[in-house]
Amino acid sequence: MIYRDSGHMVTSYRADQQIFPVLQDRWAVLGLIGFAIAGVPLLADEYVLRAVLIPFLILSLAAVGVNILVGYCGQISLGSGAFMAVGAYAAYNLFVRVPGMPLVVALLAGGLVSTLVGVFFGIPSLRVRGLYLAVATLAAQFFCDWAFLRIKWLTNNSISGSVTVSNLEVAGWHLNSAADNYLFCLAVVLVLCLGAKNLVRGAVGREWMAIRDMDVAASVIGIQPTSVKLSAFAVSSFLIGVAGGLWAFVHLGSWEPSAFSIDRSLQLLFMVIIGGLGSIMGSFFGAAFIVLLPLLLSRTLPAASGLFGFELSTAANSHAESMIFGALIVWFLIVEPHGLARLWSLGKRRLMLWPFAH
Amino acid sequence: MKHVHSFFASILAFAIASPALGQSQEQFIPSLVYRTGPYAPNGVPLANGFADYIKLVNAKGGVNGVKLSFEECETGYATDRGVECYERLKGARGGATVFHPMATGITFALTEKAPGDKIPLITSGLGRSESADGGVFKWNFPLLGTYWVAADILIQHIGKKEGGLDKLKGKKIAFIYHDSPFGKEPIPLLEERAKMLGFQLTLLPVAHPGVEQKSTWLQIRQLRPDYVLNWGWGVMNSTALKEAQATGYPRERMYGVWWAGAEPDTKEVGEGAKGYNALALQHGAEPQAQVVKDILKLVHDQGQGTGPREEVGQVLYVRGVTAAMLSVEAVRTAQERFGKGKRVTGDQMRWALENLNLPQPRLDALGFKGVMRPVSTSCFDHMGASWARIHTWDGSKWVFSSDWYQADDQIIKPMVKAAADRYAAEKKLVRRSSQDCQS
Amino acid sequence: MAGMLYSLIGLGFVLIFKASGVFNFAQGALVLFAALALARLAEWIPKWSGMSPGALSTTLAFIAAAAIMFLLAWLIERLVLRHLVNQDAATLVMATLGVAYFIDGMGQAIFGSDIYKIDIGMPKDPIFVLADYFQGGILVNKEDLYAALIATALVTALSLFFQLTSTGRALRAVADDHQAAQSIGIPLDRIWVIVWCVAGVVALVAGMIWGSKLGVQFSLSIVALRALPVVILGGLTSVPGAILGGLIIGVGEKLSEVYVGPFLGGGIEIWFAYALAVAFLLIRPQGLFGEKIINRV
Repeated sequence: MIYRDSGHMVTSYRADQQIFPVLQDRWAVLGLIGFAIAGVPLLADEYVLRAVLIPFLILSLAAVGVNILVGYCGQISLGSGAFMAVGAYAAYNLFVRVPGMPLVVALLAGGLVSTLVGVFFGIPSLRVRGLYLAVATLAAQFFCDWAFLRIKWLTNNSISGSVTVSNLEVAGWHLNSAADNYLFCLAVVLVLCLGAKNLVRGAVGREWMAIRDMDVAASVIGIQPTSVKLSAFAVSSFLIGVAGGLWAFVHLGSWEPSAFSIDRSLQLLFMVIIGGLGSIMGSFFGAAFIVLLPLLLSRTLPAASGLFGFELSTAANSHAESMIFGALIVWFLIVEPHGLARLWSLGKRRLMLWPFAH
Repeated sequence: MKHVHSFFASILAFAIASPALGQSQEQFIPSLVYRTGPYAPNGVPLANGFADYIKLVNAKGGVNGVKLSFEECETGYATDRGVECYERLKGARGGATVFHPMATGITFALTEKAPGDKIPLITSGLGRSESADGGVFKWNFPLLGTYWVAADILIQHIGKKEGGLDKLKGKKIAFIYHDSPFGKEPIPLLEERAKMLGFQLTLLPVAHPGVEQKSTWLQIRQLRPDYVLNWGWGVMNSTALKEAQATGYPRERMYGVWWAGAEPDTKEVGEGAKGYNALALQHGAEPQAQVVKDILKLVHDQGQGTGPREEVGQVLYVRGVTAAMLSVEAVRTAQERFGKGKRVTGDQMRWALENLNLPQPRLDALGFKGVMRPVSTSCFDHMGASWARIHTWDGSKWVFSSDWYQADDQIIKPMVKAAADRYAAEKKLVRRSSQDCQS
Repeated sequence: MAGMLYSLIGLGFVLIFKASGVFNFAQGALVLFAALALARLAEWIPKWSGMSPGALSTTLAFIAAAAIMFLLAWLIERLVLRHLVNQDAATLVMATLGVAYFIDGMGQAIFGSDIYKIDIGMPKDPIFVLADYFQGGILVNKEDLYAALIATALVTALSLFFQLTSTGRALRAVADDHQAAQSIGIPLDRIWVIVWCVAGVVALVAGMIWGSKLGVQFSLSIVALRALPVVILGGLTSVPGAILGGLIIGVGEKLSEVYVGPFLGGGIEIWFAYALAVAFLLIRPQGLFGEKIINRV
């Protein structure tokens, strides 16, 4: 009754091709973005901004990248952590070695370097698929782990292998407070995600999905698997690389290669699976889930165990988190393999019919 | 799509903000621990010792009546979790007084954040070696020693064993290290010493977490070094000893840093590790120390002990106790100046840490007789002491096997200053003046 | 030799993949859990029953640990796999990853995160042979020899099991073609439980050998990731392939580290195995002994 896609008249092709055809959706999303820009910095305190929202935004961007590769193009990749590392270190090297390098340029250039590396490690996808491709991308992950530890030039010859950046500024706007950092991340994420959404809605996205669904048939009708698969790797690595740069520069400030280890790759994959494969929105859902769950657990578990009368040590807390995490993943996969995005779209479908049953 | 999360985050914000609103009269000392993961065997006694000492102080009435509150946060030795713990606890319960990162990676990350939040970091026996220079690193306190001190003392000891530092010329020393900032820290000093004394230094990195050392030890077998220096942490140490046993390398010629010489590393190997030496950061296993007996009486006997009783007095347990003790004494020093019986702020704590003076009588009174030597920091020297000893595993416990050594400042001080200057130039910081030291 | 251990872990992967087409990422976690169970039970059984620690209590601990692994296998099949029967490969892999996280956490919660000892009486010191010919002699590790013997015994037992018993025949039938096996009346879920149990026992033996050598601790599960190239090299569906692949990778890793490593700064063994696997993937994706992969449109 309230939420309908009928009754909206369009008078141009352009209007017809909007991302959100339902008016309520459009208003809701614009309102949300407005709130995110204006309201959140006023309401949220520093802890929420620094430890919840900024990681959420950056990881959503990375998840969108992974989703493009795994969800839209069907190429399983366990090397996302490595691509984040490449983006971060490339941005770092440009930032530190080239005096006066603007932050945004460094980040985007980091993304481009990550693109090149991603395309290189995507070459096995032309030959194998599925699990075997996962192993090939794991090779990328371990190789990059080693490279950033061993090749001194990449870490600006730092003795300890740990690098730091500070005094970030964008065209005179100094990123000092948590709110500044949050707004910067928000801007980057919005722009890049808009670009990604438009890509997947267009011809390129459709080619990706064709390769995912049936690559032999796709090549029969004239879609070139080589260029399509590599383009998926390219776009995906770009987004992941920029996210890596943001993670290192804005969130951590000082990092070492172990920040981008295989745990990070698996975390991104989980986000995408739980959020929904093949859905930009799903990446955000998945990122929120993965970022919020440990925090929620670390708050509620001690309280809950207190109710039952025994005290949980931090170690037991950590183990319980691990167990609940694993169990939730399995549960999600059993109940809704298409993830939270699917639940969301089912909900919207129901809402469209409401108050009628069918 | 995002409104769900922002709403949620706002609820979370209010939920999280509320505990911080309660201004308590207690001094809050957070504890970043790792009780899970590959470094847990060593992290657990550290955390337990720290916690038990705080409980002891509270049992004795706190610091001039101000009780200490503390909260543990699990980092798993991971830098980003450490940063998250820092953000969560820095404003909690009235504000954190001081942070002990207990991990070199986390130290690097927090070094960037602590000055902005005005909370000092105590990195006792770890962290950046150049942070001993208080002129640049205003908020870092590597009390009791850094890795350059450790490496230097090891070289001195080996030199003494050979009959003089000049006898080291032409000898082969293999350096196996954890492939992380922690393991790489001492390399500049070792290379400097190798240049000065003419010994051949071979660097052999071991990837995290350190269980894969077969090829490292095969290389050592090929190389046949005179000494092996072990810079490991967690499960890497016991693996190194087992591999040494498996390849027949004499354990007597192995020397570990003070983080590679504790019961979790050797008790599982038992007799196979007999003869293995390690640095003792002033203290070793101290079952007879007065402070240990106090903890047993006032904390464990009251059923308040964190962790098992058998652990009390072990090497890493005492390490945790000393770290806590230094924090508490700094709080006391701050109270002397800024008001007894009142809460101390982060800035006041920093002043206290760079004016910390613990002479031997004071240490003895605290129960550390025979355990520690005097500590005295200053504005430009945030280390306070650079003494260490060697202790050896005799098959069932750690026993001291050397005299006290002091690191050679002639070599270390210029290196520290140069590295600190480099850091200052990179971060565009200005060296502190003496006026700045007065506050 | 590390190669042997990789082979054992790879064997676990291959068994499960052959029978159910599921690539079990949780194998490493199973090895860790089994080793933890064995180590702790060996400590606890003497304490509970008052007998002195020794060969008898360790054997009891082994049997108890095997029983726990059977229970775990049954639970995994019942709670996870049965519900995911027709899902695609990615979902199944993710499910096993979730199971891996769960088992990791549960193992540490029940048994603790310290380093634990497994004492099965293996000698630790090396013997040096042919000292007259080579300087210092060739280092032969007695523990490795015993480990090799145990592993060989296990593989022989498994082969006999597969070839000679009717359950083994049923397992091979299921591995060939699920639907055909089902149509002739082989109970699929019971077969899967049996396969996971066997994989569990293989994990237990692997964990026991590895734990005896290096001590049991959380990082064991990370090492299992190294076993993936083993099955790629040997072929995901071939037991002898897993053995051979393990040996090649194990020896290759160490040799590359010792001879090639110093030029590249050391520490290359973490990715050497994977580089080898990628090379193989590009040339011969099905591995040395695997079946050729045929995709139908």
